[in-house]
Amino acid sequence: MNSLTDAFVGALQLILNADATLLSIIGLSLQVSVSAVALASVLGLVLGSLIAVSRFPGRSLVIAILNATMGLPPVVIGLLVYMLLSRAGPLGSYGLLFTPTAMVIAQVILISPIIAALSRQTIEDAWRDYREQLASLGVRGVSAARTLLWDSRFSLVTITLAGLGRACAEVGAVMIVGGNIDGVTRVMTTAIALETTKGDLPLAMSLGIVLVLIVLAINILAQSLKSFAERRYG
Amino acid sequence: MKKTRQEHVIGIVAACVATLGISAANAQERFITVASTTSTEQSGLFGHLLPIFKRDTGIDVRVVALGTGQALDTGRRGDADVVFVHDKVAEEKFVAEGFGVERIEVMYNDFVLVGPKADPAKANGRDISLGLKRLADSKAAFVSRGDKSGTHAAELRYWKAAGVDLDATKGAWYRETGSGMGSALNTASAMNAYILTDRGTWLSFKNRGELAIQVEGDAKLFNQYGVMLVNPVKHPHVKRDLGQRFIDWLVSVAGQKAIADYKIGGEQLFFPNAKPPMKKAA
Repeated sequence: MNSLTDAFVGALQLILNADATLLSIIGLSLQVSVSAVALASVLGLVLGSLIAVSRFPGRSLVIAILNATMGLPPVVIGLLVYMLLSRAGPLGSYGLLFTPTAMVIAQVILISPIIAALSRQTIEDAWRDYREQLASLGVRGVSAARTLLWDSRFSLVTITLAGLGRACAEVGAVMIVGGNIDGVTRVMTTAIALETTKGDLPLAMSLGIVLVLIVLAINILAQSLKSFAERRYG
Repeated sequence: MKKTRQEHVIGIVAACVATLGISAANAQERFITVASTTSTEQSGLFGHLLPIFKRDTGIDVRVVALGTGQALDTGRRGDADVVFVHDKVAEEKFVAEGFGVERIEVMYNDFVLVGPKADPAKANGRDISLGLKRLADSKAAFVSRGDKSGTHAAELRYWKAAGVDLDATKGAWYRETGSGMGSALNTASAMNAYILTDRGTWLSFKNRGELAIQVEGDAKLFNQYGVMLVNPVKHPHVKRDLGQRFIDWLVSVAGQKAIADYKIGGEQLFFPNAKPPMKKAA
């Protein structure tokens, strides 16, 4: 109980002091996760909407696989990316292991399936509603996907935020491919893991609270942008 | 409207990629990657040494802290320029296999056996073999790293030296966690169990609970650290010159003094013992 209170007081102090180290760790966390979400959104939305509007043999198997990949354990993705980027691996010559770029790659692999699977469902539902209309206008295939994407844009924001939440909260993959190097690849979650192993549980918890508050702030911002846009253009 | 939105998305993605490009460009600065152990990182030694090294040479050192086994594997794969660990047998194997150029001794610290203050196994003393024997006899809870780290390797040697056949006696009392030193200490603290740890991690560890040092000071508990340049013949991208400067600095008068100067609560953690003649830092 006492140490929990300590953690909250500590979190407050961390925010008020806002020292340079903490700010750079937060900055890197956001840089990595936002880059990953941006790339994963492009991949995921394209893939999800294309699957939603197309019919091909084995489609339900593809959807089942896509839905299953939402549950890929981050540590497995981390290992996969590690083995690919390691000097002994196929992409080793680029020297990307233990860099922020490696962390972005891992997170893109982690989040793209989530965005693809959720947007596939959302767009397929919209497709059911508008299919006849679109067909009568001669809109099909890629252009139907584009129209539906635009039409579902507000739901897709929530899906993207789910991806961002997953990216910011993830530790297993970025720890392996980033190496938690001080000042280079240390992000919020790996810093929390480090303080936990040092036995400084209140500091670890304080960092955790700061992370939750940042994610909350992003969500509030996105939510208000969304309702503003809905009122204005919806 | 639609088009501008799409342009926005493309713009954001392009900006992100550009940012990444910049950080990749920054990465061309003078730095080396060192695979080392959790004990050197978590005890704060690197936090003390690296700024001094950077001041002396302008070289950044990026430390990836792992168990000794994993750190050596990182070197084997060519993912580090220098490996700085503490398991003589495994290090000599690493060099013999041609992955390391030469093993150079830098410093030592010591292990301590930590356990409940009440010491239910009566392990307290200066003799690690006797202490472990009593642990095994009383089947007091013991937490093992179980992760092929240098500390884990040392622990297994000590059991052997104590005449305890772990495979035969290992039961519910012997718990392998497969985790780093700090995580294992957290487990031991929560279970009020005995555990072998390096002194540095113990001194900087905050979540001690009811644990205290029970065995220390046995000469067998000394723990030698060695440093090796990853062989540029096996891995041509290894930064041979910068890595060698780091190694030379560690064993130089300046480096050895910096190691000796590092203290927590007035206690010296690492004892420099590079073989003379100590080379001057380049």
